[in-house]
Amino acid sequence: MTRTESDILVIGGGLHGLSVALQLLRAGRSVTILEESWVGRHASGASAAGVRTMFRPVSELPVSVEAAGMWHRIEDLVGDTCGFHANGQLRVAERDTDLISLENRVRETRSAGFKHEEMIDRQTLRRLAPAIAPHCVGALYVCTDGAADPHRTLRAFRVAVLAAGGLICEGTSVTGADHNDTGWKLLCGDRIFRAPVVVNAAGAWAGKIAAMLGDDIPLGVKASMMMVTERVAPFLDPVVSAVGRTLSFKQSEQGTLVIGGGLQGRADVEAQRSFVDFERLARGARAATELFPAVRNIRIVRTWAGIEATTSDHQPVIGASTRSPGVFHVFGFSGHGFQLVPVTGLILRDLIIDTKTSRQIASFAPDRLGVRSAA
Amino acid sequence: MSDHVDLIIIGAGPAGMSAAIAASRQGLSIVVLDEQARPGGQIWRNVEQRRDGALSTVLGRDYAAGAELVDRFRACPADYRAEASVWHIDEGQGTGGGKVFYLKDHQARVLEGRCILLATGAQERPPAFPGWTLPGVMGIGAAQVTLKSGGQIPDGPVWIAGCGPLAYLYAMQLRRAGGTIAGFLDTTPPGRLLPNFFAFLQAMLFQPAPMLKGVAWQLALRCTVPWVPHVAALTADGGDRLKTLTYTTTGGKPVTVEAAHLLVHEGIVPGTHPTLMLGCEQAWSDAQDCFAPKLDEWGETSLPGIFVAGDAGGIAGAQAARLRGELAAVAIMRRLKPSAVAERDAVKRLRSRLSRIIAGRAFLDRYFRPREAACLPPDDTVICRCEGVTAAQIRALTTNGLGDPNMVKAFTRAGMGPCQGRQCGYGVARLTAEITGTHAATVGLYRARPPLKPITLGELAVLDKQRTEA
Repeated sequence: MTRTESDILVIGGGLHGLSVALQLLRAGRSVTILEESWVGRHASGASAAGVRTMFRPVSELPVSVEAAGMWHRIEDLVGDTCGFHANGQLRVAERDTDLISLENRVRETRSAGFKHEEMIDRQTLRRLAPAIAPHCVGALYVCTDGAADPHRTLRAFRVAVLAAGGLICEGTSVTGADHNDTGWKLLCGDRIFRAPVVVNAAGAWAGKIAAMLGDDIPLGVKASMMMVTERVAPFLDPVVSAVGRTLSFKQSEQGTLVIGGGLQGRADVEAQRSFVDFERLARGARAATELFPAVRNIRIVRTWAGIEATTSDHQPVIGASTRSPGVFHVFGFSGHGFQLVPVTGLILRDLIIDTKTSRQIASFAPDRLGVRSAA
Repeated sequence: MSDHVDLIIIGAGPAGMSAAIAASRQGLSIVVLDEQARPGGQIWRNVEQRRDGALSTVLGRDYAAGAELVDRFRACPADYRAEASVWHIDEGQGTGGGKVFYLKDHQARVLEGRCILLATGAQERPPAFPGWTLPGVMGIGAAQVTLKSGGQIPDGPVWIAGCGPLAYLYAMQLRRAGGTIAGFLDTTPPGRLLPNFFAFLQAMLFQPAPMLKGVAWQLALRCTVPWVPHVAALTADGGDRLKTLTYTTTGGKPVTVEAAHLLVHEGIVPGTHPTLMLGCEQAWSDAQDCFAPKLDEWGETSLPGIFVAGDAGGIAGAQAARLRGELAAVAIMRRLKPSAVAERDAVKRLRSRLSRIIAGRAFLDRYFRPREAACLPPDDTVICRCEGVTAAQIRALTTNGLGDPNMVKAFTRAGMGPCQGRQCGYGVARLTAEITGTHAATVGLYRARPPLKPITLGELAVLDKQRTEA
């Protein structure tokens, strides 16, 4: 028999939902995850899995820097390395004017008290990324950043949640919600799940779920495209992006090149399908070959687009609902949520168990986005 | 910077060529894209080059007969582009037809069509037994390609294991080409004839010539090469390349023999990658033990303006492919040129010829249906060759809710290599079904992700330059 009563129901079995569930389980709460298809089916499984503090909005840095520390000890959290390697992240300058904009960025983060970003010169760039095109003049660098393996991360969090006694109901779509004195009642077809607390971690579908739970949060949808190549001999350790380009370029542990950066495909949210737009993806291929001329003849074997929620200020929604009792939101990571995964669990644990957090999340408040005007 | 045409036909085999000939009569603008250097498809690969040579004799009369259709295709006004490899198709988002992305002369190109006909053929049912990935083990389809294109045969005695018309045909061709067959391990399970005797009579009635030919091949082979019937299990061994193979017949003990070449064949299945990628609805065919796109009586898929003809829509052979190509052409003409009148009688004739072939086909489907063991291999069998994932690794994933090959893919990397899951799709579907106690039909195949054919970063990058400079 499936348990239908829990302390907390988490809607959405992506990485954030799993991370939240894990922390609550370890704090002694019973947690059930309701997942419409299967764990990591959408954005989490389609992620480039960059672990990046570099170049994030300053308001995200306090939690992002904490998350970075957690990634370095991720095995303590989930019993697996998640394929994480701190091989650094680089944001390359191709022109002298790019260097100036990067220097301004470093000044900004330093004045906010963060010292992890540094400028490196042409020679150091060449040493860190020997295959980089000769015209590149320098870069912004964070040596403690890196990348993980998205599928291994999903598997590790899934296994950890199950081991902690969590219940993961896959193929379980929430179709309705009802609230009374005893808490929330979620309808999933002909099944009913009850709990005093509901966490909305439904990614691209979080707006719909928020509405069911009594909140109106305006959200957009992203379908960031990725491509992966055949395996080649190792030639690059850090993850590389570049000023003025939509590109993220790295070599995975398996030797494949994983190329993304946020070029947009097309999403059909209702049908849960996404489509690659090759005429746009070509821009990413062009950026990759201009920064790394030697990759021209490497074959692309797979491309995809992951569906995710995006907010108007590109910062996530993390916090308690001000309208609906017992409802907590965690979504809208706007294409850069992977790195924050370990810390969102802690934030939600604070909010749900202690009803407050000392972590800096004011700029993620659900209400900041305003109520959508009735169109 | 893309061209627009009425109809894009992908594939210049029997279905694609017949459709092009029929549709071009009505003045449609047609582009035919095909991977090979010459028209003919797999069945008539290289037939123009071979029409008078000794190899025609080796390959047989049916092969040589393809030259006639190739001639008519060459003469028709359709714009035929050889060595054009299609790597992506974008459906027209409900407007019908779509965009076809292809590679020619190392250049990525885009072509827009009001209708698209996929005549992309079949693939061999991927083998799955311990040791199938060893050098020295090969599919008969691939062996036949080297025979047709270069006249090459394996050097030294060849073991053949499998069943189905192609296995017997190749064995005959190999012998005519001077090859030696060390033994034929026939994997047709025992007791298949009696329960299907009515289908056998029906096939003899509707398709007497090919049926008699098939029976004659079998008899000739049984009399002249070491023939082992009812082989139920197979293992290839040898470390770095094939040295021995072990076979077990139904109720028998394992027999190990020396082997340098092993060619295997368990029938063919429709190539579903293009239609899967497009999101065309698929249906499980119990008769053929595989998926095929859902098609209406003209070959139109669930997406408007996207048609399938030939074996890509269900295995029925070259003659049926020609008829299905012509039928699709009629439907496409009606859609794009309502003023043109298609002869009702002609359509009726096409349908009646097609139904005779389909009626004859039922026997082959039933008699040569692959045995269960061919589909559910032992634990030490490599399922995904690209990523080196074994059946044991997939079976180990017995966590809850695991009913989707895409999840197996995410967790094991099976299907993530350069073949894009063409080899392991059915294996993973069946193992997933085995784990979850369901059937491959409900489990389904991996989602197919573009590109359909690997394309280099440099080739794709060019598409962006074209856009910005246009």
